[in-house]
Amino acid sequence: MTRLHAANELLAKEVIARYPVKKSALIPLLHLVQEQNGYVTNEGMSHLAELLDITSAEVLGTCSFYEMFKLEPVGRYVINVCGTMSCQLLGADELIHHAEERLGIKVGATTDDGLFTLERAECQAACTEAPCLQVNYRHEFRVTHDNFDSLVDRLTADSKKNGSAAIPPHGTLSQTRQQIPAGRAVGAVAPDEVNGPPVWLPIDEPEETS
Amino acid sequence: MTDTANEQAEAPPGISFTINGATVEANPGELLIDAAERHGVYIPRFCYHPRMKSVGMCRMCLVDVDRGRGARLEPACMITAAPDMIVDTESDQTQRAQEGILDLLLVNHPLDCPVCDKGGECPLQDQTVAYGPGESRFVEEKRHYEKPIPISDLVYLDRERCILCDRCTRFASDVAGDPLIHFIDRGNETQVNTFPDEPFSSYFSGNTVQICPVGALTAEPYRFKARPWDLAENESTAVVDSTGARVVLQSSRDELVRVLGVDSDAVNWSWLSDKERFTYEANGSEERLTDPLVRSESGEFATARWADAAAFAAEALQADPSLIGVIGGARLPVEGQFMWSTLLDALGVRDADPQIGDGLETELIQSLPRATIAEAAAPGGVVVLLSGDLKEELPTLYLRLRHAAVEDGASLIEMTARATGLSRFAKAKLHALPGTIDDVAEAVAAGTTSETVGGVDAAELAMAAKLLGSGRPVTVVIGRTNLAEDPGLITKAAAAIHRLVPEAKFLPALRRGNIHGAIETGLARGRTTTEILEDAAAGEVETLVLLGADPLADFPDRALVSSAFDMVENLVAVDTFATASSARADVILPAASFGEVDGSFVNLERRISPLRAKVTAPGQGRADWMIAAELAAALDHDLNVTSLDEVRTLLSSTMPAFADIDWSNIDAGGDGPLLGATNAVTPSLADIAAATSVAVPAVDGYGLRLVVDRKLWDLGTMVQQSQSLAHLAADTTLALSPADFDALGVQDGSTITVTGPGGATAELEVSASAGVPRGVAHVPYRMNGFDVGTFLSASTAVIDVRVNAG
Repeated sequence: MTRLHAANELLAKEVIARYPVKKSALIPLLHLVQEQNGYVTNEGMSHLAELLDITSAEVLGTCSFYEMFKLEPVGRYVINVCGTMSCQLLGADELIHHAEERLGIKVGATTDDGLFTLERAECQAACTEAPCLQVNYRHEFRVTHDNFDSLVDRLTADSKKNGSAAIPPHGTLSQTRQQIPAGRAVGAVAPDEVNGPPVWLPIDEPEETS
Repeated sequence: MTDTANEQAEAPPGISFTINGATVEANPGELLIDAAERHGVYIPRFCYHPRMKSVGMCRMCLVDVDRGRGARLEPACMITAAPDMIVDTESDQTQRAQEGILDLLLVNHPLDCPVCDKGGECPLQDQTVAYGPGESRFVEEKRHYEKPIPISDLVYLDRERCILCDRCTRFASDVAGDPLIHFIDRGNETQVNTFPDEPFSSYFSGNTVQICPVGALTAEPYRFKARPWDLAENESTAVVDSTGARVVLQSSRDELVRVLGVDSDAVNWSWLSDKERFTYEANGSEERLTDPLVRSESGEFATARWADAAAFAAEALQADPSLIGVIGGARLPVEGQFMWSTLLDALGVRDADPQIGDGLETELIQSLPRATIAEAAAPGGVVVLLSGDLKEELPTLYLRLRHAAVEDGASLIEMTARATGLSRFAKAKLHALPGTIDDVAEAVAAGTTSETVGGVDAAELAMAAKLLGSGRPVTVVIGRTNLAEDPGLITKAAAAIHRLVPEAKFLPALRRGNIHGAIETGLARGRTTTEILEDAAAGEVETLVLLGADPLADFPDRALVSSAFDMVENLVAVDTFATASSARADVILPAASFGEVDGSFVNLERRISPLRAKVTAPGQGRADWMIAAELAAALDHDLNVTSLDEVRTLLSSTMPAFADIDWSNIDAGGDGPLLGATNAVTPSLADIAAATSVAVPAVDGYGLRLVVDRKLWDLGTMVQQSQSLAHLAADTTLALSPADFDALGVQDGSTITVTGPGGATAELEVSASAGVPRGVAHVPYRMNGFDVGTFLSASTAVIDVRVNAG
């Protein structure tokens, strides 16, 4: 079952209701599909197309544009090693080579145990901390080969623990869900239909005259 | 004099700007690329298409524009001409930009022009020669993709050739409304593609091939068939439906190989449905009739000489004229229809019906105040869809109305039997239960919109009444909503709307090709096909003539046709194909088909346009007017015509509607004029409706009301004889509202037993369709597997069926 589960479908409908145009909910919902399955499945995309009243091709068009939506199964931990200039000058190529040796896979592949996917990434905006990498988009700085080995050991150990691991599996959106109380939600109002100030601004009570 | 002065005063002021040193005028809001072209300056382009919104994807139209602060490059398809703008399309800077763009577009474009279908008519090839750098700076390996992949049954995509102009994807989403192709991935990897296992199965997919500025999209029927410089062409009109889309027929070695859409402002805006585009294949079908056939003593068909077959047919026509009936004629060009009509006049034949029980009464069509497509699709209008699913039946008209609803603020009121391709844009959806469409229209007309009528919500009725009463121009698209329902109900519904909005105009959505030509030339006369067949079944018809009609497969009452054929003495068929009906004939005369003879066509607006010959008819097939003339001669009623021009002269002098037609202008192409007024005296719509009585039986609590309508891909002759299209006809399934599933104890995809009126049963797969109203069973007409025509009866107003699980 790689469509949205019943609970997620309910959540999806709630998210859709927040937008004046259904299609606007596409990207949040793609995240939801990815969170549920670890990657964005074809069935998940078809399901979104049904919910949003658009075609699957349109969902795929948007989804495939964004690098952080994975269309193939990936490991529990996606390791992006930066390969842009600063990191490259400070040993990114060697680090990637080491990672390949350590994990026993080539860049772009996933380990057989489904724990790690190794990717070479573009600049991660941490040039002062080169060479750097990200595990499920969480930074690790000045990564030496030894650091990398202990990182892999730590993640492997973490993955065996149930519950509160430091780094949640790939696709997890957040560890706590934000709930917007209905009274403070903007609601599905098209921008040109808005009258008055934004609802989240404190309302100025008219001063009482004595 | 004063008129001219007034016109000048009212004309919007032109915008004066300079292009390549010359001062010219643009219309307000006109794009620079259009204004330049109008004044003879062609700015090269790939992504810009005059019938679609500009996107500025390809950058090929960059030109120097000086708005007073120095020249800089701007895309001519994205800016409107502005006062005092100085444009230079030949400056060094413009040329450098053009060379640079082409150099970059060719970085990954394979130079396989010698094997590419587009080679010779390719904008990329032509513009590279005209504006390109001459030599590429790139030596790197080009990007590679799997060579052409089928993105639908009809279209192949070669992603290596694609220059990402967004024309096909824009067409799919903005014009056709079927966004099944899309840009996938990003950056250097961007490609056009479909979702896995969801092909680009749009009825309009062929248009993307026509507008592709490179050879990335190719059509299956034309691939590797010819080179553009071998093609000879003639402008003609599509005959598969009554929209009359303008086309150009292209042939190579006396064989039709391609049909392209022509940009006709009045009709099809350059778009075609795949049926209009690809059914030319039927012309070359091996099942074409090539020789006259006469049934011999032994009951087998034997090839005959024309003179013998004509004499045989003439003998059959010597029967008492009151015992002769003619069915069909919508396939024929106007000239053929007119000669047949003249022949019937000479013989004194009173009954001929070009519609085959699936249309509307001729008298009704003649009584309607008519609209043009442009009037129906006018901005801000209200369109009532009292017809079948236009996307399935008249797809090119669907495109115009879709555009009107999406872009031009037209409001649609849907009075179809179920949800259609236009439902998504409809402001009010009045899907009446079969047998109640007249009540629904009456409720709207009377303003009694406070309660549900015929299963239609009060809110929808009120919305319809509000729109019709808004004072906006109203057009009613009138056709058959349901082949299992008495068409008299449509008449009554139309009369009710007309009473509410007396200035409403009508656009008849009769589907059959040149049906309006048949009506205008007097081929439609006397009793209807249903009545002729009923008489025949009662033994009161001696000779039945089928003019390109196949009632055995097409008339919505199979049993009646079969018994009629059993009873008539002589069955004469004039056809292009051996059909189920012509197989029962005593004599078959082979006719020349679309693209094989010159003639003309009258579309649903009464607009006349040319049909041009491009190839020779196979075997001994003849033009229909010649067949009629030959039969007349054999019957001692010489019609004195020996050429098409003589037929046309006679037509113009006999039929007032054609009196003002300048035939040389028709042949020259262009949009074609509307026919003039006829002198046919018809009762008013209100009188016709008052004289129509339909007895609708009460709803049977256990049954479902049957809705039968057509799909574009069906078992019709033209589709089935076109090899690329034949397999597109789906299996017959029965669609129900999901709300009826529980009560009937059925599930989506399960097989059910359907019991028809006469107790006949059929096993059908059932599907859930939210667009089908409760209490209705929808079955498409003439699809593979079960033939729902066997359930239909010409003598009952509605058909009820029973559905049992398992």
